[in-house]
Amino acid sequence: MSPRAQVYILGLLLIIVGAGLATYKSQVLNLPITPGKYQTVWTIEAKVEFQARGDAVKASMALPKTQTNMEVLNEIFSSSGYGFTVDSNNGNERATWSKRTASGQQTLYYKLDVYQRQGQFEASIDGMSTAVNKPDWSGTRFSAVREAAASLIERSQQESADTETFVTQLLRGFNDPDNIDSRLLLSGFTDNSPVDIALGMLAMADIPAHILRGIYLEDDRSRLPSSVLLEVYDGEQWLVYNPATGTKGLPSNFLIWQRGDKSLLDVEGGSRSRVRFSILANNVPAREVALKQMGGDQAALLDYSIYSLPIEQQSIFKFILLVPVGALLVIFIRVVIGVRTAGTFMPVLLSIAFIQTSLLNGVAIFLLILAIGLWVRSYLSKLDLLLVSRIAAVVVIVVILMSGISIVSYRLGIEQALTITFFPMVIIAWTIEHMSILWEDDGPVEVLVQTAGSLAVAIVCYMAMTNHYIEHWMFNFPELLLVLLGSIIMLGHYTGYRLSELIRFRHMVQS
Amino acid sequence: MALPTQLLRCGVLGMNSRNINYIARYNQRALYPLVDDKLQTKLAAQKQNISVPELLGVIERQWQVKNIESLIGEWSKFVIKPTRGSGGKGILVITGRDFEYFLKSNGQKLELKDIRRHINNILSGLYSLGGKPDSVMFESLIEYDQVFTDYTYEGVPDIRIVVFKGFPVMAMLRCATHASDGRANLHQGAIGIGLDLSTGKSLNAVQYNRPVSEHPDTGKSFSELEIPGWDEILVLAAGCFEMVGLGYMGCDIVLDRHAGPVILELNARPGLAIQLASGEGLMKRLKAVEAFEPELLELPPEQRVRFMQEMV
Repeated sequence: MSPRAQVYILGLLLIIVGAGLATYKSQVLNLPITPGKYQTVWTIEAKVEFQARGDAVKASMALPKTQTNMEVLNEIFSSSGYGFTVDSNNGNERATWSKRTASGQQTLYYKLDVYQRQGQFEASIDGMSTAVNKPDWSGTRFSAVREAAASLIERSQQESADTETFVTQLLRGFNDPDNIDSRLLLSGFTDNSPVDIALGMLAMADIPAHILRGIYLEDDRSRLPSSVLLEVYDGEQWLVYNPATGTKGLPSNFLIWQRGDKSLLDVEGGSRSRVRFSILANNVPAREVALKQMGGDQAALLDYSIYSLPIEQQSIFKFILLVPVGALLVIFIRVVIGVRTAGTFMPVLLSIAFIQTSLLNGVAIFLLILAIGLWVRSYLSKLDLLLVSRIAAVVVIVVILMSGISIVSYRLGIEQALTITFFPMVIIAWTIEHMSILWEDDGPVEVLVQTAGSLAVAIVCYMAMTNHYIEHWMFNFPELLLVLLGSIIMLGHYTGYRLSELIRFRHMVQS
Repeated sequence: MALPTQLLRCGVLGMNSRNINYIARYNQRALYPLVDDKLQTKLAAQKQNISVPELLGVIERQWQVKNIESLIGEWSKFVIKPTRGSGGKGILVITGRDFEYFLKSNGQKLELKDIRRHINNILSGLYSLGGKPDSVMFESLIEYDQVFTDYTYEGVPDIRIVVFKGFPVMAMLRCATHASDGRANLHQGAIGIGLDLSTGKSLNAVQYNRPVSEHPDTGKSFSELEIPGWDEILVLAAGCFEMVGLGYMGCDIVLDRHAGPVILELNARPGLAIQLASGEGLMKRLKAVEAFEPELLELPPEQRVRFMQEMV
């Protein structure tokens, strides 16, 4: 049999077996073909920082309340060397970290995964005190603000029908920059925040109120302080207001961390304490569809599937199973389209790094390292080094660059840059070497062409490898690897023209 | 952009087809080292009395680099080459001396330490296929035939002949330009001029895959170009098949003013640009040679060349 026939028979055989197994699994064993609904899971990291004085330290932080429209999936506390307890007091949970002696800058972490459920937020009535604590604005020092507050309250009362509309009017008036009373109030207090003043005025009007501390769930936020809303009792229920606008209602993406006036963070034995939040959105299948459905099945095909591995190995396999998809794409792009890239499979490795860093960050970091690397390499070439030591030197420089970028960007608050560690250092060093030789031999245009080609291929691979469907198929139907193998073997025997050749030889047709 | 069917009608050979149908089928891997290592090619050629540029010296080890001053001695014109380089990479041409300086063909001055660095780079495998450690060859400089004077700029023009199963199937002249920095590689901006197999006259010329009619630097038109001693050149190329046994290869030949045609190097993976230069696809001729009767393949080089010249 000629090699050509062998290639096609083997290729088709592999594709048929792979596709057949996958069909069997989906039709007979009911493994879903579509990945199902994806839900946004928010990962929130609270970072507690303070300066310890060298004595015993006790830090206690309020933990998020259970909220009807949010569900906490997972919580992680981390703090090296600290004792840790969670106390529940009247439904208010607090995490307490403690240590006998600590000095210098201390950092504690609390991380949780939350996802937003369908449905509205309902504030519970019980447990919240409806007592009104009048502010102590007595004495001549406060006479002006007392007058201003009374005038603001009176006007709001006249322009409203009930408590609900009164609060809106009061907050609107208070936030109006042209309102003389509000300007007087804001300038009259030096150490009270506008929210405190608003609370004080509500108390003067005999309306029970307290603050609601929490954070807005928005993707890619880092080092945020907590946000504050107002909760007001109208006689029957608690209503939420935005103190800065007077808008009623809880924003749907607001995660309530704490209700009431107790502090968010208490630190004994430390100073300059603060809490900062970082928020990241992840898309995750709403339910582990396949896993649950397979629970009772006894089919050998599933018993020996990747699901039988421990969770940690499963997540590694998720990546490994995607690499062949990238490899097939690279072959397709090189053999059928004819794009020139630097290094055969370098784009696949690059796209794996992009998965960790997110695309834009990844491309930016790659171009930055490549540019600086080429610049340093141009100096190294003057030093008469042997090739091996020059590459090793470039590897070290790449590592220095990576650490530098991580540290600088972390200091600037861009924590995503920490994922830079996923970049394949040695491959990047070789790419720099390859590009710099290309620069000398064929000029900067060829370097640009190949960099652009490699990046384009890496981005295409990235898009394929992050596609939910492809991810789902490769993980749930690993027999599709046979289909990939068959296609790769058949592509390896493709003797037709490349797309780029249709352009390259176009003048031959005209003549 | 051309349609695949149009290219097929023109008989254009594509990269995938070249790799699978010709290189993989007709070139045994075991024979590759003979052409990938220019030193081995040269020695094999000398054994068969095929003329090649004179070998002046070889450096294989790092410690020998210290003594290059005594190796170079009083040579004023020479070429430094990696023995396993590809695509003309790493070739340094010295055309003269000026006190302690060495002059490149474009007039650039190099010091001995520059040459030493270049040799170090070659030895550590910078220019070799796959980055493997390499050795360095010193060759005498080719002084090209006067006939080419106006057709090239700062570089030696060479004739690329694709030889299939011992039959020359297509030929082109590659001329350096200012854009190609004195090198005869088409993708770097050199000009490819297709040559008529039977007469050695020019057919067509291209630069950067586009047709041109005259040399961009010298302004000389290619239409009256005719290679002297054409049949002898083709016989030399055809004879390389007996020497290395590769079914599908490219022979690079230069015309030396004194020595006549010499084999510069052989290539087991010749490029496809020759089709653009000739304005004709390779496929038709390759198919014709594949259909030859077995006794035709037994003919000596001279008769193979004549047969091919009559056929096209």
